[in-house]
Amino acid sequence: MATELATLRAHSPAGPRDIPHTVSPGLWTLGWRRLRADRVGMVSLAIVCVFLVMMVLSGTGLIAKDWAREVGVNYAPPSFLGAEAPTAPLETPSIGLGAPGGNAPLANYKSDIVDPLADVIAELKGNKPASAAGAPTPAAPSAAEEEKSVDPLADVMADIRKNEAKNATVPVQDRLATLPFGGDKWGRDVLKKTIKGSETSIFVGIASAFVATFLGTLFGAVSGYYGKWVDDFFNWFYSVFNSIPYLLLILAVAAVLQQKGTMTIILILGLTGWTGVFRLIRAEYLKHKAREYVQAADAIGASNARRMFVHIFPNVSHVVLVQLSILVVAFIKSEVILSFLGFGVPVDVVSWGSMLNEAQNELILGKWWQLVAAGTAMAILVTAFALFTDALRDALDPKLKGRVGA
Amino acid sequence: MNDATRTAPAHIAQSATDPLMRVRDLRVSFRIDRNTTFEAVKGISFDVPRNTTVALVGESGSGKSVTSLAILGLLPPENSVVDPKSQILYGGRNLVELPMSELRKLRGADISMIFQEPMTSLNPVFTVGFQLEEVLRLHMGMTGRQARKRSIDVLREVGIPDPQRRINAYPSQLSGGQQQRVMIAMAIACEPKLLIADEPTTALDVTIQKQILDLIADLQRRHHMSVLFITHDLAVVGEIADYVVVMRNGEIREQGSAKAVFEAPKDVYTKALLQCRPQLTRRPMRLPVIDDYIEGTGPKHMEERPRGVRASDPIVLDVKHLGKSFYSREGLLGKREFKAVKDVSFKLPKGKTLGLVGESGSGKTTVGLTLMRLHEATTGEAIFEGKDLLSMTPREFMQYKRRIQIIFQNPYASLNPRFTVGQIVTEPMLIHGIGANAQERTDMAFELLQKVGLPEVSFYKYPHEFSGGQRQRIAIARCLTMKPDILICDESVSALDVSVQAQVLNLLQDLQDEFGLSYIFISHDLAVVKYISDQVMVMNEGEIVEIANSDDIYRNPHQPYTKRLLASIPKGWNPQVRA
Repeated sequence: MATELATLRAHSPAGPRDIPHTVSPGLWTLGWRRLRADRVGMVSLAIVCVFLVMMVLSGTGLIAKDWAREVGVNYAPPSFLGAEAPTAPLETPSIGLGAPGGNAPLANYKSDIVDPLADVIAELKGNKPASAAGAPTPAAPSAAEEEKSVDPLADVMADIRKNEAKNATVPVQDRLATLPFGGDKWGRDVLKKTIKGSETSIFVGIASAFVATFLGTLFGAVSGYYGKWVDDFFNWFYSVFNSIPYLLLILAVAAVLQQKGTMTIILILGLTGWTGVFRLIRAEYLKHKAREYVQAADAIGASNARRMFVHIFPNVSHVVLVQLSILVVAFIKSEVILSFLGFGVPVDVVSWGSMLNEAQNELILGKWWQLVAAGTAMAILVTAFALFTDALRDALDPKLKGRVGA
Repeated sequence: MNDATRTAPAHIAQSATDPLMRVRDLRVSFRIDRNTTFEAVKGISFDVPRNTTVALVGESGSGKSVTSLAILGLLPPENSVVDPKSQILYGGRNLVELPMSELRKLRGADISMIFQEPMTSLNPVFTVGFQLEEVLRLHMGMTGRQARKRSIDVLREVGIPDPQRRINAYPSQLSGGQQQRVMIAMAIACEPKLLIADEPTTALDVTIQKQILDLIADLQRRHHMSVLFITHDLAVVGEIADYVVVMRNGEIREQGSAKAVFEAPKDVYTKALLQCRPQLTRRPMRLPVIDDYIEGTGPKHMEERPRGVRASDPIVLDVKHLGKSFYSREGLLGKREFKAVKDVSFKLPKGKTLGLVGESGSGKTTVGLTLMRLHEATTGEAIFEGKDLLSMTPREFMQYKRRIQIIFQNPYASLNPRFTVGQIVTEPMLIHGIGANAQERTDMAFELLQKVGLPEVSFYKYPHEFSGGQRQRIAIARCLTMKPDILICDESVSALDVSVQAQVLNLLQDLQDEFGLSYIFISHDLAVVKYISDQVMVMNEGEIVEIANSDDIYRNPHQPYTKRLLASIPKGWNPQVRA
């Protein structure tokens, strides 16, 4: 990819001219070569690519489209553990892994041990009847119990139940006793849920990293390049911004945006995460604007904007790239944390964070597989991405190159 | 390898019965990546006799510094390999095989080193006294009081005024010359038998260089040390060395006594090196270059070039009362003014070269940058075609910008590393709307690359693939795209090797002859300025000391400062003095 880029760039100003020449490797090509020689970096890159492909496939609906289908029994254990014998109704939830717990059929549920958040979820669902159509349906307590409780949302619930009847194409008695990675409370396949969750988590991570890096680079470039009062202004802004506790800031932005959704999280993370990039890029511009090649650009009459973005930017772009990939890692984690705390994606969207959020309740019941699935997927991606970032930095850092050539 | 053995160091071995150090078949290679290595030193052999100064001379990439680092075992272990069959014999021991701990004892005590850049070799957060005493405590086992006393003595010996007080100074409180003196003090504090000086004067002004060279020569005599002096400057070698070893591309081209090498060089490369440096006594039409000798054609166009400015010459740029002040904040509200350039006036005749010489801090570079409006002038005017360049609005100045151009000192820094040469050369055309379309601009770029002597393929390459001299040619080509009337050369050849320097100077001269360009040639190198300039302006502390035709000023300087400056120029080999 980088080689093609170099080829394109080398050719673009030239036009066709028939002299025999080999296109010289640009610094990007050299960086790519160094990266290719880094085994850890390449393995990490491959893993990251697998996740990205997964994200794209899931986003386009090619895989995990039917993640919301309730294909297994409630809390279906992973296949390698084997199905659990239907035991007595769940009275004493045990915490031990794989210990005989309640894998009871629906009818055996008692309402008092149902997911404590079920009401809240139902309520939220109730507020948005439109989205309920394709949404996961909460466990349906028996109608008799429903009537006993005072439910202001009775109508909505009835509506949901009607939809559920339509959606639940797998009849209760046909549900699988085990699923490859187990099932969640509603018997949805955890594996598919994880894949679908990765779509949200990775997309949020990458998109918000782009927003943050863009803002940080723009502010940093302007501030470092112009200096003087412009720099003072941005530094004040940065200092004030940075003095607000991070989580508080996120809550504040969330409060201003007033709605839950993937875009909201992207904006929250993007608008609060630019500070580190700003500081670094500002320093780079301070350093580069005094360099002779920039003076030379001034001497040939290049305008400020041209000097900033045509002349200097390619020289700091590797820093931007490394910052971008550091932020992707950080924001994937942030999304998970936010969703875990409940400020994240809405309930009808699955992400690793919301899976972990569900998992804290399940763990009490000894259902550990959702936690493990989401946690493992995130750990693998984040570790691979972090290692890739390190490799990228090594490959692109001109200082290391200087040492080799000494 | 053959070259190295061809000139066996017979006479050196005979002159001293027991040399202090023998280097035999030293080979050093660097790992570039997993499969490629680069042999930087290709089996060299030479001796360092007792109580003498041996100079290791060569251009960049000759392996001279690598050799000195190999002697001290200071090469980076992660990517360098010293061939185990190499021998560096010192005091009956082979330093190549010596374990690190033994070597460390030897370093500083028996063999010590002075580096090129005193600024970076001294630790800025400790006083010079602390750093000196540390050396003495570590190597000589002195107590604190002894070390302090010895430190003061050594500082006095290297000519630091008022050493009792200066011992508590931090490196930043000393001038560049004094810092280098402190470095020398550290190096000789333990009375080493061998002092390795790696380009110790390259970063210094000529007057300071003269003092440091005298100091090293004096210390060498007084302490009966041997000095291994590494430099690229043959003029310095001629003044200081007893024996000379000429290196090129990791091989020894020639070695012998200074007299033999300077008066009757046998190797063509040595001959060329001696000839291609501009000399104060002669000014040929073109400087001889290495290739003239290697190809055996001999130097061409050696007839004298007439220089000088007549009153009738048309004036292209008239600078009047130019001044530039920098302000630094002092206290809460105060400002301190520093006048970098004070009331400088001169006229630049068309098609001629004005040489601008001075020591660092004399304001010569500021003059150049102010005329380019890369710095905003504080006072004065610069009349070009009847208009004052300095008082124009930036918009007005834009169309004059291409008429007056600058070539910077460091060709490694002045080209954008992420642009191809094609982009670099076409960029000014793009900005100024020269050439109707991309194809036309490309054609012009190819033409200019050819003009400055670069192959057409260069168009597609990146700057890092070129050597220093080639990069300077690219920078020149970039300026030529705009067809300037005035070219400011700010130390443009100072960072280049002598042989490359000659080529670039020839190129600049050719371009002046062809296009009638006017040059403002800024340099601290008085010999180069003498060669290229019609008129020379000497600056000191922001003021013009003297301005005159170059032949007059060198033959007959009026001002004491100019006299002192000219007296400091290394004169090279002088049989009368050194006999």
